[in-house]
Amino acid sequence: MTTDPFLIAGTPLKSRLFIGTAGYPNQQVMLDSLEASGAELVTMSIRRISLDSYSGSLVDVLSPRCRLLPNTSGCVTARDAILTAELAREALQTNWVKLELIGDRETLYPDVEQLVPAADELVRKGFIVLPYCNDDPVTCQKLADIGCAAVMPLGSLIGSGRGIANPAAIELICGRSPVPVVLDAGIGTASDAAQAMELGCDAVLVNTAIAKSHDAVRMAAAMKAAVEAGRLARLAGRIPERTFAEPSSPQLGLVGT
Amino acid sequence: MTRLKINGVDEEIAATTVAQLLAVRGIDPGARFLAVAINGAVVRRADWADVELASGDAVEIVRPLQGG
Repeated sequence: MTTDPFLIAGTPLKSRLFIGTAGYPNQQVMLDSLEASGAELVTMSIRRISLDSYSGSLVDVLSPRCRLLPNTSGCVTARDAILTAELAREALQTNWVKLELIGDRETLYPDVEQLVPAADELVRKGFIVLPYCNDDPVTCQKLADIGCAAVMPLGSLIGSGRGIANPAAIELICGRSPVPVVLDAGIGTASDAAQAMELGCDAVLVNTAIAKSHDAVRMAAAMKAAVEAGRLARLAGRIPERTFAEPSSPQLGLVGT
Repeated sequence: MTRLKINGVDEEIAATTVAQLLAVRGIDPGARFLAVAINGAVVRRADWADVELASGDAVEIVRPLQGG
């Protein structure tokens, strides 16, 4: 088997599975899941501190184990998202950011009208921008054109576990994107992650499907295997679909003929 | 006293620099992974002791947390 390097913005990443750190039963389960997932790139949010009780940081625990990708989750204006990215850069000393700009509280759908100019401004400020975006080839193309390091189209709604709602759109995006495509949001179980990779995604970001599983650590291992299996299948190439059966056993020498 | 909006809450506080503000609130200014912005602009850690706070300033003090 040939090697299959994976780079974002020139940085090689060991794993094509990215994981989020939210919603685990406790920190130890999160850390054990991170270990089982083999993920290198791990997302965090940026939030106001509690002024009455600031003590230590999760970053102390995570930073020796992985590469941190701060997000701008919850931001609904470009101004807040850009400030959050700048605060994240100061706090974590990284210029990588997962840019989220939310247009609707109920669906957490991206606000594309604000997303593209915000991404543009962050790229100009020297950030490595990975935008969470619609499963829309035109939006993805615009984001790549302005210099985003990857695009992160949604499979389905954040936290919904409904898998890839529009596989044809994801496949189209993957076929045309000049930058890596990371499927973000909607993964419910391992087969969804495998499907994303089979469709041509370069990587998958999973949070809730692992964190809220009955056995998060085992699901993390399942996601690792699924991403690897899906990638191998993509590289190998699936067979054409047929309408009728095609016998797999030889047809000569059948008993009784 | 300086009238500030700290993380969205109006407060009067006996501090004229970011470093003093953190100290008054019991936050170790040496604590890692903190970031501070005043009126929408990040104040680098190296400047915390020098940048002066003025009444009416909006201060954001953040840190990384769990996220997806």
